Amino acid sequence: MAILGAIEPILTAGWDGDAAWRLRDYVKRGGYKALERIFEKRIPADEIIGEIKKSGLRGRGGAGFPTGLKWSFMPKDAKGDRYIVCNTDEGEPGTFKDRDILRCNPHAVIEGMVIAAYAVGAARGYNYIHGEIWALYERFEEALDEARAAGFVGRNILGSGFDFELFAHHGYGAYICGEESALLESIEGRKGQPRFKPPFPASVGLYGKPTTINNTETFATVPFVLNMGADAYLAAGKPNNGGTKLFSVSGHVNRPGNYEIPLGTPFPVLLELAGGVRGGRKLKACIPGGSSAPVLPAEVIMDCAMDYDSIGKAGSMLGSGAVIVMDETTCVVKALERLSYFYHEESCGQCTPCREGTHWLYRIVHRIEHGKGRPEDIDLLRGLTTNIMGRTVCALGDAAAMPVQGFLRHFRDEFEYHIENGKCLVPPEVQRAGSTFFKATV
Amino acid sequence: MLDIEIDGKRIQVPPGSTIMDAARALGATIPHFCYHKKLSIAANCRMCLVQVEKAPKPLPACATPVTSGMKVFTHSELVTAAQKGVMEFLLINHPLDCPVCDQGGECRLQDIAVGYGGTASRFRETKRVVSPKEAGPLISMREMSRCIHCTRCVRFGQEIAGVMELGMAKRSAHSEIQTFVGRSVDSELSGNMIDLCPVGALTSRPFRHSARGWELSRRESVSPHDSLGTNLTVQVKNDRVLRVLPRENEEINECWISDKDRFSYEALNSAERLEKPMVRVDGALREVEWNVALDYVAHALKDIARNHGVESIAALASPHSTAEELYLLQKLMRAVGSGNVDFRPRRADFSSDGQRAGIPWLGMRISELKTLEAALVIGSFLRKDHPLFAQRLRRLAQAGGKVSLISVAGDDSLIDLFAQIPVAPRDLAATVAGVVKAAAILRGVAVPAGLEGVEPRERAVAIAESLMKDGKKAIFLGNVAEQVDQAGQLHALGAELARLTGASLGFIGEAANSVGGYVAGALPTGLDARQMFAQPRMAYLLMGVEPEFDCGNPREAVTALGQAELVVMMTPFRHGAAMDYADVLLPLAAFTETSGTYVSTEGRVQRVNGACRPRGEARPGWKVLRVLGNVLALPGFEYESSEEVRDEFIPAGASFIENLDNGIALPLAPVAAVSAEGLERIADVPIHFADALVRRAPSLQRTRDAAEPVARIHPQTLDRLSIAGETRVRVKQGQGEAILPVRADASVPPGCVRVAAAHAATARLAGMFDPIDVERA
Amino acid sequence: MLTKESIQKIDREIAKYPAGQKQSAVMAALAVAQEELGWLPSEAIEFVANYLGMPPIAAYEVASFYDMYDLEPVGKYKLTVCTNLPCMLSGGVDAADYLKEKLGIGFNETTPDGKFTLKEGECMGACGDAPVLLVNNRRMCAHMQPEKIDKLLEELE
Repeated sequence: MAILGAIEPILTAGWDGDAAWRLRDYVKRGGYKALERIFEKRIPADEIIGEIKKSGLRGRGGAGFPTGLKWSFMPKDAKGDRYIVCNTDEGEPGTFKDRDILRCNPHAVIEGMVIAAYAVGAARGYNYIHGEIWALYERFEEALDEARAAGFVGRNILGSGFDFELFAHHGYGAYICGEESALLESIEGRKGQPRFKPPFPASVGLYGKPTTINNTETFATVPFVLNMGADAYLAAGKPNNGGTKLFSVSGHVNRPGNYEIPLGTPFPVLLELAGGVRGGRKLKACIPGGSSAPVLPAEVIMDCAMDYDSIGKAGSMLGSGAVIVMDETTCVVKALERLSYFYHEESCGQCTPCREGTHWLYRIVHRIEHGKGRPEDIDLLRGLTTNIMGRTVCALGDAAAMPVQGFLRHFRDEFEYHIENGKCLVPPEVQRAGSTFFKATV
Repeated sequence: MLDIEIDGKRIQVPPGSTIMDAARALGATIPHFCYHKKLSIAANCRMCLVQVEKAPKPLPACATPVTSGMKVFTHSELVTAAQKGVMEFLLINHPLDCPVCDQGGECRLQDIAVGYGGTASRFRETKRVVSPKEAGPLISMREMSRCIHCTRCVRFGQEIAGVMELGMAKRSAHSEIQTFVGRSVDSELSGNMIDLCPVGALTSRPFRHSARGWELSRRESVSPHDSLGTNLTVQVKNDRVLRVLPRENEEINECWISDKDRFSYEALNSAERLEKPMVRVDGALREVEWNVALDYVAHALKDIARNHGVESIAALASPHSTAEELYLLQKLMRAVGSGNVDFRPRRADFSSDGQRAGIPWLGMRISELKTLEAALVIGSFLRKDHPLFAQRLRRLAQAGGKVSLISVAGDDSLIDLFAQIPVAPRDLAATVAGVVKAAAILRGVAVPAGLEGVEPRERAVAIAESLMKDGKKAIFLGNVAEQVDQAGQLHALGAELARLTGASLGFIGEAANSVGGYVAGALPTGLDARQMFAQPRMAYLLMGVEPEFDCGNPREAVTALGQAELVVMMTPFRHGAAMDYADVLLPLAAFTETSGTYVSTEGRVQRVNGACRPRGEARPGWKVLRVLGNVLALPGFEYESSEEVRDEFIPAGASFIENLDNGIALPLAPVAAVSAEGLERIADVPIHFADALVRRAPSLQRTRDAAEPVARIHPQTLDRLSIAGETRVRVKQGQGEAILPVRADASVPPGCVRVAAAHAATARLAGMFDPIDVERA
Repeated sequence: MLTKESIQKIDREIAKYPAGQKQSAVMAALAVAQEELGWLPSEAIEFVANYLGMPPIAAYEVASFYDMYDLEPVGKYKLTVCTNLPCMLSGGVDAADYLKEKLGIGFNETTPDGKFTLKEGECMGACGDAPVLLVNNRRMCAHMQPEKIDKLLEELE
């Protein structure tokens, strides 16, 4: 079972059974109704975009940009090709929701993409799927075959005269391709190196043509927004934070997994849904929005509601909705070291501050973790994050710097302890006791 | 126009300009590494971050478009902090090996680090080490740890050279610039990547560790190789040329030079330099003093004139000579009384002589190439004959211009061609005639007389259409079009096509003075370059010509020289074959050692001064000819300077030649498809064998372009000849033959054998585009 | 260089992209080549580059940029273990250590019998199933505690 829990599910309703992903099941759950109604009633594109705008749906990939607004950026009368691209290159550590969407509801993504294509006038689309989830890449292709056979994708969709071809493109192991312009480069058959913006994809995107890129969950949500109506969807969440959202909860909880909850749900409720902190231990910290988001200590996160604004106010980001829970057995220096290693390895290498900065950050945190820290290291780390942030081609530089800043802000004493004593404040036996590797039963 | 204010200074720039453009227009300096005005924007070094009013973050000046009313600050606190931060990042993994780095003293990173770097490093870890890379004989990639990943070299390959040979492999701090599995960089423009590299990662392999930039004196010069008039800076230490770099001239070579221009200087220091005059005494060449040699020549010439008549004397010059040398050689010949003088040794057809309206030239300025809507090149190995001209056409095609090529091989020009028609040399005129006829039909005018029987090919019609569109169009005749025996007809057909389409007609021109030779009047009133060997003479004066390599029919030339009573070679070099037939060798100063003038293909007059003293006792050609004139007691040879010589045939102060005109009175001959009975030779002149200098430049000789000639034959023709399985074949032209490796090559037109000229392995063969036989070796 | 079947697979990928955009299929084509050959020798990269009409170094850039391509030979089974933070919190590093000890090799090493290669992976987007590992880029194995690792190794024997 992919979805472990939900409060008033919208997107994940009916995700039961092995055949939930099949076209027949999806149609039985009301799938492709939104698309059929658009063509039946000949709803104009502008109206659809307006509805999405009104629903408060914000990009579910991490940046939280209003979806309807993004669609409206596509040039209105420019002639020539334009594209719809779905970003299923889910690789932000802690995030695994899109994988479950493709596992249980690929047709919702397809329907959302066809609707978006109609709304922005695109004739071709690609779903860029994380290379590591190969079975779901194959499943998506199978779902596409079903959709084509049923006339939901291809030429003259549902007799409307509207043509839209949709294909799957797989990644092959590069976190940076989750960045939309790197993803476009990757589809074009190159290294995933982000492009300088402006121009944005809406004017110069795939193959240089206007392109709309959205996250998998965003596209999958579109049919539901249209089915239930913008107002009802908005009301399911809270103002400026419309609807429900999938949260991927990982780390030290009893039931790691995906949970669909209305935006604005208090964090403790989500934690409870996920079975609470593992082994009844004390919560130490939580990264609320994927590895790039600054960490929040227990006392801060426990007071937060899970929505863009509330988490933002607490000094972090809702991001992709990846909630990484750490209990009291966690060494935060080791946690940061692992994240810094990740960003260092995943930097595309293109621009100086990111290529060199992520490398340097990792070398310092690694040194501290291994007992070789120096008293000036904390200031140095802070200084380096300042020199990276806001000076890179894409957001990966910021993504690498923010965790460092977050951990230093809230757990400076533990870093200082490491530097002064060459060892961790959390005794090794406590850390070991926290490991479930040899004890877990699943 | 958009208003922008940079550090309080206002300027207006056209829409689409970047902050960097505006800053450059204002003369404001913004430090940068990856930005280059001729390359696409990468915005990866982040050194050019500036503050823009209302922008929350610093923005890269190179990539940020100017918006109206923009206010930019390039020295604010925010900017300084950003630039210092970037500089620190650039330096953490950059080795501190400036004292042993070739780039030291002319290094962007070094220069900018002085202004923006700290005095000590906060980076106390071990630095990244990048393994040395292999890139061929010209570019050294031994110290890639110095690379700052600006990707200028990669973009140069993709955008200017037209071939991506370097790439940035891997990612993150592990990123490395490299070729595909250590292959060599083979582009004929590769050396420009050395200039583009802002650090000492890509360095010149021939120049490495030979001098420091500041030890070299810099002299302006002009390339003596192709016809473009490429501007050079020649760098000299202790009277030796140690390096040649581009001298920027946007109207000619922009900021580029070809590898030939860059590395041919190695030949100046060759062991084959002729350092003292030599005269054959009792069958052997002996070194003698200049006066002895010149007296000998004068006496011998007088004797031959007396005994055999002045018509038995002929003179042939290389089109790479200076205009003064070409002028004085023809003046001397005419003063002696002979009209047997020429400067076009590879030409086979002279039917246009006497029919031309003026001096043949490019037909337009080089800088106008970018304004063309369409261009048709006829008979050219574009890339290898004219690397930078080809580069301009490549950029033209990238910008949407329709560039077509009708030639004798299907070589990849690395230009996104609109149409390419490779044909056998004998079909060249008929194919062009097809375009002419198509143009006439498209215009709805009568088909020119003589072309009634022509059947335009499909692509010929498309080419004609491309030339009929509005805007500027041009037709260019390349080296092959001037070397084949239909040269006159191709000229006439080109002129007719130009008339019908409104395109301009031009000759790209083979050598540095291909136009200058006409200006200097180095043209026959007696026997031309072909006739003077076909009808052997008693005496030959050769200036800069190496007949085995430079003549269109080397076999004929060498045979004629062998029977002559007197062969005088004025040359900077001694070489094997000449030692057999030369009676007198007069050491000439090379191009860096003499003053002189080059008139480029666009008619541009460029004067150079000597950059260093001549090697040994070599003397500038104009001086040698002047003294020879004096010794012969000829009138009008009392020159004090080369300027005086030049003033006789080029008006003082002229920067362009007048009387340039590609009109021709030659009637179109009836053109018909030639039946393909025997095999026909296609001879390219390999880029690094095209003149005496490049032949002796060791590093160029190690490139892939200098590989031994191979007989290349279309696979179908190979089958027909029943030699498909052979690895070596014997190629024969009359009595001349050569044994060469053979390779099937579908880019060679059927019925042809491609065998390079200008190479020792093929020097015994006859005409470049004459019939040829192939048999088992 | 590649079997007819692989070429057909590559052709199918090429067909997904607009005319003149064959290069878009390079990632898929390299994956197909690697699936057939077990890894990507430079000849295979060059073959793919030529097949798609792109410079070999451009294909090499791609092959060396993305983690899942192997530019060196690997064992019959390549096991890629995620050790990123969410996995680490749930035993990812422990799983890697367990494998290292069982197989007697470190990361980026291959067992002497050529059967297993161990790789450290980055986030596979399956953090809820930690620890996770990938077998030969294709098969994702979840909740890899000792007994499941033992079972997997047995099955792959």
